[in-house]
Amino acid sequence: MATAAFYLGRGRSLALVGGPGHGLALHSLPGYYGYYVAIWVVLPALALLSAWVLLEPKLIVALVVNGLPEAYRNLPAGELNLLVNNIQNLAAGDVISVAADDMLQDAATQFNAYAAKSRQVLAVLALGVAGLGGVHAWRLINPDLRARNRVEGVIRWFLIAASSIAIFTTIGIVLSVLFEAIRFFQKVPATEFLFGLNWSPQTAIRADQVGSSGSFGAVPLFTGTMLITAIAMVVAVPVGLMTAIYLAEYSSARVRGVAKPLLEILAGIPTVVYGFFAALTVAPWVRQAGESAGIDVASESALAAGLVMGIMIIPLVSSLSDDAINAVPSAMRDGALGLGSTRSETMTKVILPAALPGIVGGILLAVSRAIGETMIVVMAAGLAANLTANPFEAVTTVTVQIVTLLVGDQEFDSAKTLAAFALGLMLFVVTLFLNVIGLSVVRKYREQYD
Amino acid sequence: MSAAKSTREKVEAGLPRRRRKELTFKLVGLLATTVGIVFLGVFFSTLIAKGSSAFKQTFLQLDIELSEDVLAPDGELDLAYADFDGLVRTALRAQLPEVSGRSDRRALYRIVSVGAAYQVRDLIAANPELLGTTQSMWVPAASNVDMLIKGNIDANLDEALRPVSDKQIGWVRALEEAGRLETRFNKALFSNGDSREPELAGIKGAVMGSLYMLLVTLVLAFPIGVAAAIYLEEFAPKNRWSDLIEVNINNLAAVPSIVFGLLGLAVFINWASLPRSAPLVGGLVLTLLTLPVIIIASRAAIKAVPPSIREAALGLGASQTQVVFHHVLPLAMPGMLTGAIIGMSRALGESAPLLMIGMVAFIVDVPARLTDPATALPVQIYLWADSPERAFAERTSAAIIVLLGFLLVMNLTAVILRKRMERKW
Repeated sequence: MATAAFYLGRGRSLALVGGPGHGLALHSLPGYYGYYVAIWVVLPALALLSAWVLLEPKLIVALVVNGLPEAYRNLPAGELNLLVNNIQNLAAGDVISVAADDMLQDAATQFNAYAAKSRQVLAVLALGVAGLGGVHAWRLINPDLRARNRVEGVIRWFLIAASSIAIFTTIGIVLSVLFEAIRFFQKVPATEFLFGLNWSPQTAIRADQVGSSGSFGAVPLFTGTMLITAIAMVVAVPVGLMTAIYLAEYSSARVRGVAKPLLEILAGIPTVVYGFFAALTVAPWVRQAGESAGIDVASESALAAGLVMGIMIIPLVSSLSDDAINAVPSAMRDGALGLGSTRSETMTKVILPAALPGIVGGILLAVSRAIGETMIVVMAAGLAANLTANPFEAVTTVTVQIVTLLVGDQEFDSAKTLAAFALGLMLFVVTLFLNVIGLSVVRKYREQYD
Repeated sequence: MSAAKSTREKVEAGLPRRRRKELTFKLVGLLATTVGIVFLGVFFSTLIAKGSSAFKQTFLQLDIELSEDVLAPDGELDLAYADFDGLVRTALRAQLPEVSGRSDRRALYRIVSVGAAYQVRDLIAANPELLGTTQSMWVPAASNVDMLIKGNIDANLDEALRPVSDKQIGWVRALEEAGRLETRFNKALFSNGDSREPELAGIKGAVMGSLYMLLVTLVLAFPIGVAAAIYLEEFAPKNRWSDLIEVNINNLAAVPSIVFGLLGLAVFINWASLPRSAPLVGGLVLTLLTLPVIIIASRAAIKAVPPSIREAALGLGASQTQVVFHHVLPLAMPGMLTGAIIGMSRALGESAPLLMIGMVAFIVDVPARLTDPATALPVQIYLWADSPERAFAERTSAAIIVLLGFLLVMNLTAVILRKRMERKW
C-alpha cells in the first residue's frame, strides 16, 4: 500500500506540472512527493495499530467482565483477576485450575468473539486510516508543496528517536531496578541488607517453618565478589600490563602481528565457555594441586573462578594499557633512551608514570567487568554465602545470587525475588561509578597527549 | 683522579646489574605474553580432545521383527500404545540368546537407548506396509555403552565404580565381535532438540532459538543503531543533550549484561507481559545490549568518511539529508556492517541476561515461532554443563565447538569485509 502510495504521489506531482520533463516546476524532486504520500499512509495507520494493541486487552476484559453475572462483578479485585485469567486461559484452549462451568465457558466464548470482532474492526479501521491519510496527502500535493523539507523533517525525528533509545534504556534500567529495590527495602530494612552478615534468602510461608530464617545481609556476597575480583585482578593486571609492555617495546612486528590477534580471541570467547572450562578443568586442577600441597580446597573454590576470570580480562587490560602507553609522546621515550637509560628503565621510570592515569582508568574498567561477570562464577563458584577471605573456600557473589534468585518461577511480591533487584541495583551503581571514572580518566589522558 | 673518571667507573660498575635487570624485565614480559597464548592452546586442545568424540556415536545393529502379534494384537495398529520397546528387547535377546534371568535381562536392555523404540515407531509410522517383516536397523546404544566404546569409561576400574557392569561389557564386546556395533557420525546432535538421554540430545532447538533471537536483534538493532549514529555524527547540535547521549552510550556499553536481563524481566515480562522464554523477548534484550556496540562502531565508520565528500555534495546543492543518505551512508556501510557483525557475535555468545528472562527451561521441541519457548546455544551449554551424566560433558564440549565455529565464521566475515571494503582516502 505504501509502495502504491509512493508511485501515486510521484505520478500526481508530475501530472500536475504537465508530465515528466517539466519536473523543474516542482519545488522538490518527484520522488519526495511519493515519499510524502507514503508517510501519510503508513504513520497514522501504525499509530492506530500500536494504540489498539495497547488498549485492546483491557477493553476486551472490561467488556467480558461487564457481561458476567452481578455476583461475580462485585468480587474483590484479586479474585476477579483470577477469574479473568481463567477465562483467558479457557479461551486460549489451555487447561485451567478450576472446573470449567457454563458461566466460564460462556465468558470464554464471549472473549473469543470479542477478540475476533476486534481484529476485524482493527483491519477495517487501519485500512481506512491509511486510505484517508493517503487521500489527504494526495490532495495536498501541488507544485509549491515543500515535500522534501517535510519528508526530511520526519526522517530527522526518526533519527532523534533512535538516538534517544540509549537514554530510555538507561532510564528503564534505573527505574525497573530502583522500583523493585524500593519495594524490597520496604520489607527488609536497608541497614540489614547493607550491613547484615548473614545471607539466607528464604521467606517463610508459615511462621513455624524450619530453615525459614530469611535473613538478607548481603555483606558475605560483597566480600565474595571482592575476593574473586581481587584474584582475577592479581592475574590480569600484571600479565596484561607486561604483555602490553612486551608487545609495545620488545617484540618484533611479526611476533606482535601474531600475538595480538591471538590474545583478542581470548576476549571473543563467550563467558559460558570460560565457565565450563573453570568448572570442569581448572577447578579439579586447583583441587589436586591443593591436595598435593596439603591444603584443603573446596571443589568450587574462589581461586578457580578467579583465575579463569583473570585470564578472560587479560586482553581488556592489555589493550587499554597499550593505548595508554602509545599515547605517551615519543619525545619522552627518546629523551630517556638518549640519556643512557636502558629500555626497562625508560619504561618503569618515564613511560609508566606518564601513562599511569590511563592504565588506572583501564584497571577500573576491568574491575567493573569482573564484578559484573556472571557465567564464570555461576558455573565455577559456589552458592554458600561464606564470609571469608580464604581463596580456597567456596564463596558466592552478587551475580550468582541474582541468577539463583531469579531462575525458575518467581512472584513479584516476595522478598526473595525483590532481593535480586536490590542486588542488581548495587551492582549497577557500583559498576556505573567505576565505569564513569574509568572512562573519563582514560579519555582525558588520551586527549592530553594528543 | 678526576671526578669524570669516577663517574664513568660508577656507571660501568652498575652496568652488569642494569643489564641483568633489563634481561629479567624482558623475560617477564615474554612470559606474560606466553601465559595468554599458552592458555589459549590448552583451552582449545582440551576442548577438542573432549568434544570431538561427541560427533561420533555408537550404534547397534538389531534385526527387529515387526511382528503383527505384538504391534497390532487386535488387528489394528495404534502407534501411541504399541509395544515398540518389546520389539527392541526381543531383538536384543535374539542377538545374545545366552542371557537369562530377570536381572541380567534387565541389564541387557540397558545397553540400548530408549530412542531405539522411537526409531522403530517412526519407521512404522512412515511405512505401515513393513508390518510383519523383519528389518535390520542401526539403533543408538545407551550413553554408557557409547562412553565405554570411546574409552571415556575405564573398563579396568573396579566394577562398583563404573556405571557399566562386567556382564554388560562382555555383551558389548560380543556384539562388537559379531560386527553389530559401529561408531558413526552423530546425526542426532544436529537434528534433535534437547533430551534427558545424552545419546538423543541435540542442539537443533538451541541453534534455532539463537537464530530467531539474532534475527530479532539484527532487524531492530542495526537500523536503530545506524540511525542513532547518523544523528549523533551528522545532525546533533553540540549541546548538553547530545553530550548526555554520548556519555550514556559509552556507559551502557560497559554495564554488566545481567543488568540488562533484570531490565528485560521487569519491563518486557512483568510490565508488558510478553511470554517468558520466548526468542522475541531474548531478541529485545539483546537488542538493547548490542545497540551501544553498533552505535559506537557506526559512528567510527561515519567519522572515517572524509569531509570533502560532504562538502562536494553540499556544494552541488544537495540537502543535508541527501548528503548523508546518498553519499556518506554508502561509503560508511562496510564499517557499519562490520560493527553489526561484531555486535551480533557478542549477542550470540551472551547467556547471563537470557537466564533472567527464563530461557533456561528444559525444552525438547524445536521452536517454530518467535513466541515459542526456546533456549539459546550458550544457555544449552550452561544446562548441559550442569548435567551429571558423563556423556553430557562430551556433548557440552561439542556444543561449544559448534558455538565457537559460528563465532569464528562471523568474525572472519567481519575481517574479510573490512579488508575488502577498506578505502584509503
